[in-house]
Amino acid sequence: MNAPLGALDRPNSYIGRSVSRPNAKRLLAGKGRYVTDLVLPRMLHAAFLRSPYAHARIVSIDAGEARAMPGVRLVATGADLAKLCTPWVGTLDHFKGMKSAQQLPLPVEEVLWSGQAVVAIVAETRAQAEDAAEAIVVEFEELPAVVDIDAAREAGADRAASGIADNLCFASRLDTGGIDEIFAGAAHVVEEEFHFGRHTAVTLEPRAILADWDASEGKLTVHHATQTPYQFQDLYSRHYGIPEANVRVVAPDIGGSFGMKLHVYHEDMAVVGLSMLCGRPVKFVADRLEAFVSDIHARDHRVRARMAMDTEGMILAMDVDDVTAIGAFSTYPRTSAVEGNQVIRLMGAPYSFRNYRAELSVVFQNKVQTSQYRAVGHPIACAVAERLVDMAAARAGLDPVSLREKNLIADDAYPCESPTGYKFEALSHRKSLARLKALMGYDALRAEQAALRERGIHRGIGIASFVEISNPSPAFYGIGGARISAQDGAVLAVTPSGDVRCQISVTEQGQGTETIIGQIVADQLGIARERVRVITGDTENTPHGGATWACRGAGIGGETALQAARKLRENVLGLAAAILQARPGDLDMRDGVVVDVLNGAERVSLAEIARIAYFRSDTLPKDASAQLTVAHHYAPQGYPFAFTNGVQGCHVELDAETGFVKILKHWVVEDCGRIINPLLVDEQVRGGVVQGLGAAFFEECRYDENGQLTNGSLADYLVPMACEMPDIVIAHIETPTADTALGAKGCGEAGTAAASAAALNAVNDAMSPFGASIAQIPMTPTRLLKALGTI
Amino acid sequence: MKARAFSYVRPATVAEALLAFAEAGEGASYIAGGQSLVPALALRLQAPERLIDIAHVAELRGVSCDGEWLRIGALTRHADAHDDPLIARYAPLLALAAPHVAHPAIRNRGTLGGSVALADPASEFPAMMLALDAEMEIAGSAGTRRVPATAFFQDLYQTAIEPGELLVALHVPVARAEHRCAFDEFARRRGDYALVGCGVMLAMPGDVVAEARIAFLSVGSTPMRARAAEAALAGQALDAEAIRRAQAALADDLDPPDDEQVPAAMRLHLARVLLGRLLGRMEMAS
Repeated sequence: MNAPLGALDRPNSYIGRSVSRPNAKRLLAGKGRYVTDLVLPRMLHAAFLRSPYAHARIVSIDAGEARAMPGVRLVATGADLAKLCTPWVGTLDHFKGMKSAQQLPLPVEEVLWSGQAVVAIVAETRAQAEDAAEAIVVEFEELPAVVDIDAAREAGADRAASGIADNLCFASRLDTGGIDEIFAGAAHVVEEEFHFGRHTAVTLEPRAILADWDASEGKLTVHHATQTPYQFQDLYSRHYGIPEANVRVVAPDIGGSFGMKLHVYHEDMAVVGLSMLCGRPVKFVADRLEAFVSDIHARDHRVRARMAMDTEGMILAMDVDDVTAIGAFSTYPRTSAVEGNQVIRLMGAPYSFRNYRAELSVVFQNKVQTSQYRAVGHPIACAVAERLVDMAAARAGLDPVSLREKNLIADDAYPCESPTGYKFEALSHRKSLARLKALMGYDALRAEQAALRERGIHRGIGIASFVEISNPSPAFYGIGGARISAQDGAVLAVTPSGDVRCQISVTEQGQGTETIIGQIVADQLGIARERVRVITGDTENTPHGGATWACRGAGIGGETALQAARKLRENVLGLAAAILQARPGDLDMRDGVVVDVLNGAERVSLAEIARIAYFRSDTLPKDASAQLTVAHHYAPQGYPFAFTNGVQGCHVELDAETGFVKILKHWVVEDCGRIINPLLVDEQVRGGVVQGLGAAFFEECRYDENGQLTNGSLADYLVPMACEMPDIVIAHIETPTADTALGAKGCGEAGTAAASAAALNAVNDAMSPFGASIAQIPMTPTRLLKALGTI
Repeated sequence: MKARAFSYVRPATVAEALLAFAEAGEGASYIAGGQSLVPALALRLQAPERLIDIAHVAELRGVSCDGEWLRIGALTRHADAHDDPLIARYAPLLALAAPHVAHPAIRNRGTLGGSVALADPASEFPAMMLALDAEMEIAGSAGTRRVPATAFFQDLYQTAIEPGELLVALHVPVARAEHRCAFDEFARRRGDYALVGCGVMLAMPGDVVAEARIAFLSVGSTPMRARAAEAALAGQALDAEAIRRAQAALADDLDPPDDEQVPAAMRLHLARVLLGRLLGRMEMAS
């Protein structure tokens, strides 16, 4: 960039530097403290008896024998916990007409999916609790399981839950008008039916919670592996009737979350009640089998879509029908409708066409609930649009990159709006595509592809442009009535030794939030980063805020830290000026020392200022204000979301005899605005790509016709592993948002957003000589051999 | 998941191990590397009352060769199958298969004896016992006996080992100069159970295949010999036509299970492709 040096480009600025994470060594040394590691005095362990049926009525529960077994302290049913905890409903007001059945920690009359927790057993050890679970007899009356998305929507279909009138959770329609006429008059129309498998997060650390109810104080402390401690503080307070100030939620070290650890889970709510009933701390850690049948799943969409194009290769319109199945109820408090909503709103977002129609149907069924997981809706919208773009290019006899060059929104067209109403401040689609083309050596790859095809080697090249939603304002949840904050808060304090403590509401799950916050604070104050201690994840020690979801840590949390640091700097320099009998404007802080701004001459250290402020305030002038602690809150203003963009390329080799695909290489060019830490941004992008390639080739929660999950273990559910992953080459364009001083946007979902789309296009490209195609992910060898007509 | 409670004994000899089992009756289970049993315990799929840990029985260790037979102690680790010089020289097929067995951490603990005794039809080593024409040495209260691989694998997880008996060693006829071998498998991810896997042993004293032994994994309820394919090769030069006939003959050898994820036709197809590629490689090398 050629702009003059600003406040973010100071010499030795930490912003834009690949500094390592302060917590990496601790975690690598095995010194992490995860919820599983915590041991409290008198702590008990919970296990759950789970439903073997996808849909059934609970006839009776006989726990007599279990209650008498060694170590057992409590056996609790849905009825027991319903006396303590009020029910919840997973709807948001701005999703008009949305409905969902009422939920309780444990079901009282009806189980809605196979694996749903039915009875809680609390014992001195987890093994004893599991022994007792085997001795409990629950009589179920099996009810028809709703599994198929079309059957579920037929008139008079069996209902997935008795508390709902029919199986349609939510429907939405977008229409800019005249779509049928445009398609009728288009030179080219391409259409396809896409299937996206269910998959799930598979965090390294499973869900874990340790609830500690202290009846003497009426105080609840919950150690919880969550992204959003404030949200859970609010929920535990309201549903258990405990004053908010008496609820403390602590999120210690967390081993990955990806959106999975911010939803209300029945077991987690139950554990709070179990602690209250026992008067002792109760811990529950989901094992891997439990994770598969109770963590949220995601995706599971069937999309029928078509695209119209004129004779010049300009896209005219898209017409989309998305049906998504979400389980038997909508997840609380963020609902299960957000993914579908984002699918139909992000569809074709990188392109300049103006005509669009979409239908969304969100359907209940008797499976685990689905909800927000990394890159909510993005991969589906991206795969559908990008595959249609490739199909349109083939139809028109154009190279897929050329067609994109024509149709991507021009880099000088901003600000502008998508046909679905998303407002774009400034994106860099065309610059990104040009960069990707160079990075891949696209033309050489095409030449190599042609030469290898002669020798029976079938390689494919796939491109996918994407838009990512980040920095969400209250337009996301607050407007719908959810008590989910879009703002963040920070408290910054200079300690008596001149160190700085930053307590901030964004949270850390392994992605490096604490690292970038420390960089920003150190940078803005003018001190060494080693002197900044960042504290997160404790509602009693950090201000209320949104925490970490939807790519908001850097953009919103980072801006909060920046503004707080500037405020503290002003106070420090003001105090220094009083001590030095200088003017604050003539002073600056560099490397922890107050200097003359003009010549850099050292005047007084931050440590000395702190010493005077804390221990010798008697030496200060009477009107001096020694405010070395500041609090600051920041909420996004201006654009409702800070959209980011990028483009990905995928290179694969198809073994046409076996249907196996080797992913040769993957490229990403992405634009997340100001980059605070390139190392961490690249990590985010790489991890996201791996999850996207997992969706494309491996990950799928498979169910049988009775609603039973058939591959709920890590032996059968294939996560992407290092051996199968390609080298991932990353480059950046930086288009900072002007809405903040920092200019940062999110980067956590960019990789996932388009990786599966690029892979889908690459495999189809490899199959094109056979006249075969596929529109379903994951692309398994069986599906590919079927597509090729081999079996 | 936590295992149900069990008692634990650690014998020092085969005799002590057999006695410990006899005392406990059917509720006992031997444990060696534990790579299959421990997950089964944690999942409560198995809940033996007594675990008899044979990992410290010295006579179950070691690899030796008498010139005719290679004796592989049951406690030999999967990693040793790859690294042991005697195995590399006299049973190179095992060394070829070893890197495909799960992951390094599992190969460092899992034992050949445990794998063969469990007889998982998707595991590499049981199928290789068939390809090698190996014999299993089994110890019981009445002494020890040797059972040929063809009689050893009886049904899904069912072998010639009677309750309480212990697999003590694998005996493999030593590979000679005329022997050629090859192994490969199709697995979704490196280390996964394969969709299909195959080991081939050919005796080729000249240009003609004198004897072929072909064994598949993941194609049925037991590891499988492909006799019709073997017959198609016997007495033939290893050329494209012989290979094609061996591939075609697999329809008579294999009747893979049918499921939605991997239809029977897919497994048969993959088995043919795999056999063709293995024999093709051997043809190129010969």
